[in-house]
Amino acid sequence: MTAQQPPRLLKGIPLAVRKLRKAFGTREVLKGIDLHIPAGQFVAVVGRSGCGKSTLLRLLAGLDDASGGELLAGSAPLSAAREDTRLMFQEARLLPWKKIIDNVGLGLKGDWRAKALQALDAVGLAERANEWPAALSGGQKQRVALARALIHQPRLLLLDEPLGALDALTRIEMQQLIENLWQQHGFTVLLVTHDVNEAVAIADRVILIEDGEIGLDLIVDLPRPRARGSHRLAALEAEVLNRVLSLPGTPPDPEPVSPLPTQLRWAQ
Amino acid sequence: MNLEKVSHRVAPWVLPLLLLAVWQVSVSAGWLSTRILPAPSAVIEAGVNLVRSGEIWTHLAISGWRAGLGFVIGGAIGLALGFITGLSTWGERLLDSSVQMIRNVPHLALIPLVILWFGIDETAKIFLVALGTLFPIYLNTYHGIRNVDPALVEMSRSYGLSGFSLFWQVILPGALPSILVGVRFALGFMWLTLIVAETISASSGIGYLAMNAREFLQTDVVVLAIVMYAILGKLADLAARGLERVWLRWHPAYQTHKGGAA
Repeated sequence: MTAQQPPRLLKGIPLAVRKLRKAFGTREVLKGIDLHIPAGQFVAVVGRSGCGKSTLLRLLAGLDDASGGELLAGSAPLSAAREDTRLMFQEARLLPWKKIIDNVGLGLKGDWRAKALQALDAVGLAERANEWPAALSGGQKQRVALARALIHQPRLLLLDEPLGALDALTRIEMQQLIENLWQQHGFTVLLVTHDVNEAVAIADRVILIEDGEIGLDLIVDLPRPRARGSHRLAALEAEVLNRVLSLPGTPPDPEPVSPLPTQLRWAQ
Repeated sequence: MNLEKVSHRVAPWVLPLLLLAVWQVSVSAGWLSTRILPAPSAVIEAGVNLVRSGEIWTHLAISGWRAGLGFVIGGAIGLALGFITGLSTWGERLLDSSVQMIRNVPHLALIPLVILWFGIDETAKIFLVALGTLFPIYLNTYHGIRNVDPALVEMSRSYGLSGFSLFWQVILPGALPSILVGVRFALGFMWLTLIVAETISASSGIGYLAMNAREFLQTDVVVLAIVMYAILGKLADLAARGLERVWLRWHPAYQTHKGGAA
């Protein structure tokens, strides 16, 4: 049977963040974030390390609970749209004991193999379906992770610096891949990155988080496909960078000790 | 090239074979009394005789049965306890320190007590083997589960896995390398315990064969029994490695050539 997908009717989720706060112990990481993201927008979130941008993403993904404020998808709470939200992590986080295709089908029920192959095909790795993840390079692993996220047909895709560890050329390739898939599927994207150049090159809108608050909200109104290294992009990049660098960097806080966000317990 | 390959294969065997030859010669020449050490040829002869009479198979079967049953019981309990303490904080709080305390008692020190409880029949030996194999499997299961990458668990949860599917697809495979290390340790303890238990009191089995032969000064049979234990231990280890090769074939360390860096 052919695994032709029905034409997508669902578009991206419109996202509203109201007075979002998050504290680890006494340390306030997010101090009242207000943000409206229309459906299908590609938003890049930048900021110095430790500014709270990854925390924002983890709250949106439902991995941590907010200390205060609201997260809305349209008019309903975002937690009701958990099935429509997918997160890509900094590392690929593939299960090494599952074949690549089984990693893509993780958590799916029924006859998902054809769909998984299609998703792998979309990231250009269909012929590696039956290999172990250990045989892949870093960039290929991230592509598998992207396929794993896309097979769920998310309406909100959260990307937590997924390209941070890739070499420059693989990064550009991945950026183009993500951009293409976003244009095809129309989901809402939130990309956290520390690379301002990447942010302005790929996103509709760049948000700078400074010290737990939104410091800059910049629309990148440039036609796609964008020519890398164009004058306009460079100007935008300079604008964001100037803002980042104009503020004296807060001394790097020690990592929060008690509830380390990645040290989840799987049993109580 | 081919010659080189052959010499690589042969090299590890040179020293053992040389030792065997020296041993054989010193016994034949009368430098070494057969009461201390029989000639290798005598050991082989004793083996052939036992095979011919069929006696060796009954002893092997009974020893293998004791070892196997004890290992299955001890392993199952160790695995179950490891799952409980590894998966639940309450289980850990309630059980772990108690299990660790019992673990620190050398299980062979319990032999007098075990004989009082069970007499000298099968139950005592199986109990001892089970006790000896329980702890290595418990400890490695517990640590294996605790060391499953929390990032993978978090990812799997965000992809909708929970409860049994999370355990089966993520936690158990993640803990498996460690569990199999436990199995290999346990197999070592299994033979060790069985040897001691059979040597102390038995009316059948390889240990009995050895002790019985000692009474009649049949050093060849005694040495044969020791060699048999060695072979059985090696076979058990090979079996465990086979399991590793099948169950951990995803692991780069167990992959044969294809695609992986050595």
